[in-house]
Amino acid sequence: MAIFVDDSTKVVVQGITGRDGGFHTREMIAYGTDVVAGVTPGRGGQVFDDKVPVYDSVAEAVEKHGANTSVIFVPPFGAAGAVFEAADAGCKLVVCITEGVPTVDMVKVMPFLKERGVRLIGPNCPGLLAPGIAKLGILPASIVKDGPVGLVSRSGTLTYEVVYQLTAAGLGQSTCLGIGGDPVIGTNFLDAIEAFNADPKTEAFVMIGEIGGDAEERAAEYIKAHVKKPVVAFIAGQTAPPGKRMGHAGAIVSGGSGTAAEKIKALEAAGIPVAERPLDIVPKLQEIWKR
Amino acid sequence: MNIHEYQAKEIFTAYGLPVPGGKVAGAVDEAVALAEEYGLPVMVKSQVLTGGRGKAGGVKFCESMDDVRTAADAILGMDIKGHTVHKVLITPAVDIDSEFYIGMLIDRNTKRVLLMASAEGGVEIEQVAKDTPELIFKHAIDPRFGLLDHEALGMGLKLVPDDIKKARQLGATMQKLYRAFVGADASLAEINPFIFTPTGEGHAIDAKVNLDDNALFRHPGYEDLRDLAAEDRSERKARVAGLSFVKLEGNVGCLVNGAGLAMATMDLVKYYGGQPANFLDIGGSSNPEKVVNALTIILEDPEVKAILFNIFGGITRCDDVAKGIIKATESMDITVPIVVRLTGTNETEGRALLAKTDLHPAETMDEAVQKAIELAG
Repeated sequence: MAIFVDDSTKVVVQGITGRDGGFHTREMIAYGTDVVAGVTPGRGGQVFDDKVPVYDSVAEAVEKHGANTSVIFVPPFGAAGAVFEAADAGCKLVVCITEGVPTVDMVKVMPFLKERGVRLIGPNCPGLLAPGIAKLGILPASIVKDGPVGLVSRSGTLTYEVVYQLTAAGLGQSTCLGIGGDPVIGTNFLDAIEAFNADPKTEAFVMIGEIGGDAEERAAEYIKAHVKKPVVAFIAGQTAPPGKRMGHAGAIVSGGSGTAAEKIKALEAAGIPVAERPLDIVPKLQEIWKR
Repeated sequence: MNIHEYQAKEIFTAYGLPVPGGKVAGAVDEAVALAEEYGLPVMVKSQVLTGGRGKAGGVKFCESMDDVRTAADAILGMDIKGHTVHKVLITPAVDIDSEFYIGMLIDRNTKRVLLMASAEGGVEIEQVAKDTPELIFKHAIDPRFGLLDHEALGMGLKLVPDDIKKARQLGATMQKLYRAFVGADASLAEINPFIFTPTGEGHAIDAKVNLDDNALFRHPGYEDLRDLAAEDRSERKARVAGLSFVKLEGNVGCLVNGAGLAMATMDLVKYYGGQPANFLDIGGSSNPEKVVNALTIILEDPEVKAILFNIFGGITRCDDVAKGIIKATESMDITVPIVVRLTGTNETEGRALLAKTDLHPAETMDEAVQKAIELAG
C-alpha cells in the first residue's frame, strides 16, 4: 500500500510534449508508472516516444484509456485551467508540478475540486513517489527504496536529501510526498498525515516544514490527538529574515507570524521531536521508533 | 511585490473605491503647489514600503502653506526603518468622525480570500488581533460567487449595528475591495482606516496592497509600479537574472538548488557558528551561465569570504553540475575559496571532476558548511 495511489493508477500527462513534461514522462514510465496518455491541445493524434498516444483533451484520454490520475507540466498561465480540465474529465487525483501559478487561480480551483471529490497535490511541488507502485512527478527514483517510512514535505531537494539519508540508513519509504511551496495548495500536511496514519504500510513518518503559514502547527495538534506512529519533524528557515519571500511563494514570515521558532515550539509541545539539522532526522527517528 | 500607498490608491480608484484625491511630489515646491491646488488643510504622507510611518513622523497634518513646506522638507529624505523617503503624497485632509479597518488576504487554511473588518480602525491591526481578537470580524469569501450582498451588509452591520446607511456603505466598500483584490491579483489589500466624516461621507484614507509576484505576467503595467530605488541592488540583479535571492549580512555566500534546501543550508551555517551572506536558489539546471550570474551577484558583496555550493543532484546529474560549476568558475577571476558539496545521482563522477580543480570538495552538508565557515575565517 501507499497513500493516494495504488495499482489501478492510470496516468495522463498534461503538457507531455513540452521539454519538462516529456523528460519526466520518460522517467515516470522507466519507473514503471502506468502512463496511458498525454494531452497537448493541438497535438492530438501524435504518439509520444512511439508509445504514448497524445490527445487534445483530458476527456479523450479518460474515455479511451481509463486515465484516473493527471500529472500537470503546463506553464503557469494555463496551469489552473489544466487542473479544472482534469477534474472535469473525471480524474480523481491531480498532481500539479508547475511553479509560479497565480494564487487567485488556485483559490478559484478549490471549490470545483471539492464538489467533484478530486484530490490535488501541489502546485509547485515535486509530486509523489510510492516505491514499487508509481512515480507521479519529478522525485528522483534512484534514491528511493521500498519500506515503511512515510515522508511529507513542502520542499523538493530538501526532501530528496532526507530520502537519501533514509535509504542510506536502510529505511525504505512507503510514500514520499512533496505537497508544494505555495500558499494555497490542494493537499496540506493534515491531509497527508491523516493518510499516513491510516496506511497500514506506513509505520513511521517524517514531516519537513518551513516558514510561512501555520500548517505545521495544525498538523502538530492533529498528531498529538490522533497519531500513535512515531513522527519526526524538521523546519527550514530559522535564519530567514521577516517579510522576505524565500524562494517558495509560501515561505515568508509576515506580520511576525509563520516563524520557524513558533513551529518548532508547537511541534515540541505536541511531543514531536524536531531535528536541529537535516542529518539528525534519521537518528531521531531511530531513537523513538522501537521496531 | 509591495507597492506604495499612492499606487494602491490608483488601483482602488480604478475599482470605484472612494479615495480622496492626491498626488505625489518629490520636492518641497512641488508639494506646496499641490497643496495650493487641493486647498488647505492637507496631509503630507511619506511614501515608503514599510509600516509605522505615522509613528516615525512621516505623516503630517498641515493647516498652512508654511506647515506644508516644513513638513515636506522634513519628510523628504527622512529615513524610516531603513527606507529613504523619495516621495510624499499630498492629499486633502478630511474630518474624521469614525474609523474602520477593512482588509483582505489569502487564507491558507480556508484556501479563500479572507475578509477581515473591525471598528478598531486607524491602529495597527496586528496589535488588535493580538490584544482583542474578538473585535475583528472575518468572512472567507466563496470564489464562485464573490462577496454576496447580504454577506457584505452583514459584515457592515457588525461594524455599525445601529446604522443601516453606513453599514451599506461599508458593505459596498468591501465588495469593491474584493473586486480590486481579485482583479489586481493581490496577496493583501487593506484600507486602514476607512473613515466617515461627520456628514456621513466615507473615504479610504490609507491603502496598502501587495501584489502576487506569480501573477505579474498578466498585468504588464504593474512592472512600472516597482520602486527600483527601494530594492537592494543585488536583489534587483538577481530578479532580472531570474534567480531567487535574498541578501543577508554574513560572510558565507550560499548557492543551493531548491528553496527548502537553501533555507536549511543557511540554518546550518548559523548552527555551526557562521553567518550566511544570502539565500539563493539556483534551481534545477546545471547551466554554467546561471552559475556565473549567481556567483557575480554574490561576489559583489565584499563581505563574502567563502562560497558554498550545496547541490543535491536528483534529476540533474552531479557530473553535469560539476562541469557547470567548473566551467563557470574557470571563466571568472575568483579569489575567495569555494566549497562544493555534491550528493545524489552520479556523485562519484561529479566528485572525481572536482578533485582535479582548486575547488574544495565535501561529501556531506555538515562537512561542507563547516569547511566554508573555517575558510571564511
